[in-house]
Amino acid sequence: MSQPTAGLRYAYYPGCSLEAMAREYDQSVRAVCARLGIELSELPDWSCCGASSGHSTSRWLACTLAGRNLVLAEGMKLDIAVACPACYVRLRNAHHEMQRDNRLREELSSVMAVPYRAEYSTRHLLDIICHDVGLENLKNKVVKPLQGLKLAAYYGCYLVRPPELVAFDDPENPQCLDTLLDTLGAEVRDWSGKVDCCGGSLSLSKREIASHLVAELVEMAGRAGAEAMVTACPLCHANLEMRQTGADGDKLPVFYFTELIGLALGIAEARAWLGKHLISPSGLLASHGL
Amino acid sequence: MQYISKEGALTIDARFGAQVKEESGAEIDRCYQCLTCSLGCPSAFAMDYLPHQIVRMVQLGLREQVLTSSAIWVCADCQACATRCPNEVDLVKIMDVLREISLRNEMVKERAVADFHRIFLGNIRQWGRQHELSLILRLKLKTRDLFSDLRPGVKMLMKGKLKLLPARFKAIKSVRDIFQRAER
Repeated sequence: MSQPTAGLRYAYYPGCSLEAMAREYDQSVRAVCARLGIELSELPDWSCCGASSGHSTSRWLACTLAGRNLVLAEGMKLDIAVACPACYVRLRNAHHEMQRDNRLREELSSVMAVPYRAEYSTRHLLDIICHDVGLENLKNKVVKPLQGLKLAAYYGCYLVRPPELVAFDDPENPQCLDTLLDTLGAEVRDWSGKVDCCGGSLSLSKREIASHLVAELVEMAGRAGAEAMVTACPLCHANLEMRQTGADGDKLPVFYFTELIGLALGIAEARAWLGKHLISPSGLLASHGL
Repeated sequence: MQYISKEGALTIDARFGAQVKEESGAEIDRCYQCLTCSLGCPSAFAMDYLPHQIVRMVQLGLREQVLTSSAIWVCADCQACATRCPNEVDLVKIMDVLREISLRNEMVKERAVADFHRIFLGNIRQWGRQHELSLILRLKLKTRDLFSDLRPGVKMLMKGKLKLLPARFKAIKSVRDIFQRAER
């Protein structure tokens, strides 16, 4: 019998956060993908996508900074797999702009000294795991269901917006992360904050706005009965952990979705990933025998 | 052109709307002030003008008020406004262009946000990838805000979440080329 997930190969774009602040996300992504049969070849010499600072300053700069990575992946003849939703939307935006703007594409080709055809796509790992690996396959690999763990799936902005660029789920009421967590055996709580912004892009420059938005989200998730939030974004993760106020014991832990997949699949290193969090989830996990 | 309002004389730049429309590609004239953008905006509580007011002011040519507003910088870039607009007015692109023009003309009201962007891009130009520890320290020096966030900062350092040295990679030249061309 052939492997159902054979042939999933991507150029992996970690993005800057996954090299430092979100190292545990990178480690969990690599371990989980290896277990699920997704082959990730890291894009050699990848560079920053430019993030919000790029497109807030200059459209040309934003498109070519992100586009540089698209050219590298095209050289590998692979679609890109990306973990950070902010990188995801910047790379997809550059691809979209390059497809419709010949002049921009020619300028990028000239900087990179290779012709760029805008043929390969950029996918988010949540999309790849839900739709290419498939939740049925994921379910078959679960050895330690996350029974009793009450979770709020938090999508934030760039996994679902703008819908003309990132259309793998509904922009107002997405479901794939909820369904994935349900597949892992967790108790997923329905709540209305799943696509609200946490203010992550202003976390360092306008702290009071970020703190206000984080407090609202945490309150909403708590009211829905969640004991923790789950994200696929390193900026949301850092912001939700750093901008929560109150006593350490009252704070809501925040998981990367790949960490929870790792726990459910029985990957031993999962404990080390969780040890990097600013809000420790170990008490919560222990209370559910996990 | 000038006209007198309760606040005094307002200067109207009749070409401003057309300029924003051209640079952003957004259909600014389609806005009929339904307020959907402002009602869903997470930063609205901290804005001097609400998003739908910014659009109206662009239509009217109130160039200076728009470009010196806080609103364009406290926008969290969440894209909810453009996603929900019934007339498909791309407010995200409008905000981008307004920030671009505000920067070009040195009319920035929210210095810390613009400083953040400048330092962020300066780091990329230098190393090709973001180095979070330098970003935080440089922003702190620039905004003279040295002591906030010390506790989470130290905790992050101890947990190995802040790399001490930036990443190095060979092809940095092509990144610097991009920055040089962007300046032309």
